Amino acid sequence: MSWLTDSLKSSIFRKLLMALTGLFLILFLTVHLAGNIQLIFNDEGQAFNIYAHTMAHNPFIQLVSKFNFAFIVIHVIYSIWLSRINKTARPVKYGYSAASTNSPWTSRNMGILGTLILVFLVIHLKGFWWEFKNDSIPMITYDGETMPNVFLVVKAAYSNIWYAAVYVVSMFFVGFHLSHGFASAFQTLGLNHVKYTPAIKAIGKGYAIIVPAVFALIPILIYIKSLG
Amino acid sequence: MDLTLKIWRQKNSNTEGKFVTYEVKDISHESSFLEMLDVLNIGLEEKGEEPVHFDHDCREGICGMCSLYINGKPHGPQQTTTCQLHMRSFKSGQTIWIEPWRAKAFPVIKDLVTDRSAFDRIIQAGGYISVNTGGVPDANEIPIPRKIADEAMDSATCIGCGACVAACKNASAMLFVSAKVTHLGLLPQGKVEAKTRVENMVAQMDAEGFGACTNTGACAAECPKEIPLANIAKMNRDFIGARLTSENV
Repeated sequence: MSWLTDSLKSSIFRKLLMALTGLFLILFLTVHLAGNIQLIFNDEGQAFNIYAHTMAHNPFIQLVSKFNFAFIVIHVIYSIWLSRINKTARPVKYGYSAASTNSPWTSRNMGILGTLILVFLVIHLKGFWWEFKNDSIPMITYDGETMPNVFLVVKAAYSNIWYAAVYVVSMFFVGFHLSHGFASAFQTLGLNHVKYTPAIKAIGKGYAIIVPAVFALIPILIYIKSLG
Repeated sequence: MDLTLKIWRQKNSNTEGKFVTYEVKDISHESSFLEMLDVLNIGLEEKGEEPVHFDHDCREGICGMCSLYINGKPHGPQQTTTCQLHMRSFKSGQTIWIEPWRAKAFPVIKDLVTDRSAFDRIIQAGGYISVNTGGVPDANEIPIPRKIADEAMDSATCIGCGACVAACKNASAMLFVSAKVTHLGLLPQGKVEAKTRVENMVAQMDAEGFGACTNTGACAAECPKEIPLANIAKMNRDFIGARLTSENV
């Protein structure tokens, strides 16, 4: 099995793992957004609470969420590993650099953007996922079924301007990270073709703008509502 | 034209280098960048000082020997080799920073001269075909479609100068290796060993201490022979396929 261990150590396979886990996380973001959209329905969170409750009790979703956490960990660990190798590949830095003339800023700063997203992720998980897991959430009953009122926690969080602001700013980091990451993942997988690459790049840019923008819109709307 | 030059001076690979400032005067805007350095060196020799060492050979843009990281870009502001860069690309009174390629795999030998034999070792790992070529074969003995021949030729134009490594924020050699893998892998003579070749060349590339690819595109943007980023995607494809299907366990 030495061919397998050798492969996993090669630079191309390390990048492959970054790409595959990254693409999965992109898929996850889409599903996450579809759920979050329900937060802005004018139903005091009923749809969102039922959705969250259903997801929490669906064995398939629970299995996928385990994979999701594993992929986040792999994405982070491999990025640290790759960054260290990449840093040591140039021990003496250039005295004068004009990198902005040959490559986009986001592509050169994926590590910084990723770190900022990770910090956000820790705050985000502590605020919602952790509370949810520890049953420290008030309950609510719809049609005889009692479930945690997650909407209340979200509403309380985003009525705080600072929490909402951190969320909105973090979505910019996500957007910049995706603006390079989306198309880059396909390139790493070897999918570069005159017919499809322009489309992949366009979809990637669109995704990097629209998805974080809609994510950011939710806390903004909740905050505005909390004022009135 | 009069110029201020900030040039990296380093005695040998064991000592630390530093930028030294020089002034050159009355340089013709028609002279090449290397001729401008020749003028500087003549001046230094007349003063009894050590001339600035730099790599060069054909001065026709075809050998890949010249290097130099000029004002933050490999081969300077134009997408060409340093020998084909002319002083008309600069303004009189300008300050020009001149550095060697910087990469762990390309140690500085002296001043602006780096040891690029890491590329030779990558070629030795698989950049060849193991057949007795004999005399010159008949032109149409092995039919190769024109399109394939053109694509292989486009990749074969890589002169191994190392600008891709110099431009990359990770000092990655992926564009160079992908050019060699693509050039040989497209042709019928090279197809036979395609899987082993890509496996061995990538392994050697990693062993030499080059970084990984972040798909910034800086390499392709600076390559004097315009090797495209698509070559790297092709190499990734070839490598992943080879690792999964080759019989090298």
